[in-house]
Amino acid sequence: MDAPAPLIEVTRLDAWYGRRQVLFGVDFTVRPGEIRVIMGGSGSGKSTLLRHLLGLQRPAAGSVRLFGVDLGRASERELLGVRRRIGVSFQGGALLTSLSVGDNVALPLREHTDLDEATIRIMSRLKLEVVNLGGFQDLMPSQLSGGMVKRAALARALVMDPRLLFFDEPSAGLDPVVSAELDELILRLRDALRMTIVVVTHELESAFKIADTITVLDQGRVLLTDSVAAVRAADNERIQDLLNRRPREVPVDAEAYLRRLTEERA
Amino acid sequence: MNALARPLHALGRTTLGAVAGVGYAAMLLLESLYYLVAGRRVGQRVRLAAIAQQMREIGVDALPIVALLGFTVGLMLGIQFIASLAEFGAQSQVVVAVAKSVTREFGALITAILVAGRSGSALAARIGSMSVSQEVDALAVIGIEPVRYLVAPALVAMLVMLPVLTIFANAVAIVGAALYSAPALNVTPSAYLLQTLSLLSPGDVWQGLSKSVVFAVLITLIGVSTGFSVSGGAEGVGRATTRAVVLSICWIIVVDMVFSWFINR
Repeated sequence: MDAPAPLIEVTRLDAWYGRRQVLFGVDFTVRPGEIRVIMGGSGSGKSTLLRHLLGLQRPAAGSVRLFGVDLGRASERELLGVRRRIGVSFQGGALLTSLSVGDNVALPLREHTDLDEATIRIMSRLKLEVVNLGGFQDLMPSQLSGGMVKRAALARALVMDPRLLFFDEPSAGLDPVVSAELDELILRLRDALRMTIVVVTHELESAFKIADTITVLDQGRVLLTDSVAAVRAADNERIQDLLNRRPREVPVDAEAYLRRLTEERA
Repeated sequence: MNALARPLHALGRTTLGAVAGVGYAAMLLLESLYYLVAGRRVGQRVRLAAIAQQMREIGVDALPIVALLGFTVGLMLGIQFIASLAEFGAQSQVVVAVAKSVTREFGALITAILVAGRSGSALAARIGSMSVSQEVDALAVIGIEPVRYLVAPALVAMLVMLPVLTIFANAVAIVGAALYSAPALNVTPSAYLLQTLSLLSPGDVWQGLSKSVVFAVLITLIGVSTGFSVSGGAEGVGRATTRAVVLSICWIIVVDMVFSWFINR
């Protein structure tokens, strides 16, 4: 049998915010069953890459394919088909504040399936149990702590049993113990549910713990995609800066510097 | 050169922004209508429960305040018409004056301004805070089109409830006017109301109602489009809320004038 087709295939992706280019010809491939960590400092373009992977932004150039569907050219129906097969846990959780935790988790089931209410209730409570939030279904999101919000968001992402799970900054704003627990949870999910997981993070420790492979982004370019050991051993200066928390040395281009200072609309 | 270029530049930019805003609102309207008609076929059904909830928030919850304001405006019109018509000895005309001005203008206008302040701002605040906290993105990746989930139910609810509230405000205002004017005219309030009914033509009521339908579209679209374009965190949400109310009320008054002009030409 051939190697399984990649679940995510990004080719030569460019992205712009206004006049500023944030992604430069990014290539990115994820195969089924792996945990891929997208790592990079602030402003490296990792959030922008994620938004493109989720089909929230259209590529300026290049293409993004999930399950073989080109998100930029997909019809509404195809896009919906893709979205039913992915789960996303956003950085701030993004639980709907007007709905209880249980209703948040049940939302995808209510919208996409014709299951009866009892089944939906059982399925959503099951997923809350998976993330250790059993019994919290009647609370409102505002009553949860930061770690609980993330776990509830994870439960919502899992409720349709996605083949592909995206996780944006799982440990941002959490204390070390809670974020370690979340890392464990991610590993358990992969082993138990055979999911492919893409994690965006700037936390080195958690990245090394959960990743099978790491993609390092820097200033809109992919520096390296490789196994954890290879990334640790990489002799690229920027990667070592990231790993050793060294402040980067920004080279100063005198001409560009002057232009930025003097031009009216730089 | 520069002295001329800068204001021109600003003017051009503002114009572009305004045109873009109108275009965006029109797109939201078309998309909502599309999901209302064809949503079921593309797996984006607009839920009746969501519409019902919006109808409660926009319509039912507004009944007390609409009643209060409608009654007060009716009372006020009664007082003013009695006072000013008395100068010509034409107090008896107060019935027709109140009936026509309430049904053609004030009922629809007061209701629309009130709903813009209550529900237009609420829509902007809700959608604005949802975009700030990535909830709108979350809806999209779950496979729920934000326009279908957030805009279409509000649009339908507004289109139903604003005319209903307008009829209600008309009735309450006329009763308010009757309570003041009837004693002044030496008739019973019920005789006043019967005379009002005999003087009103369906056209008067339709004029108010057709305007309220247009106001409903305006309030919804301004509320949701300012909500979706929120940037800059909690402060941005506050700004969008204010902007939604001010813009809605300006548009309502201008459109009201234009409408009145065309209908009464």
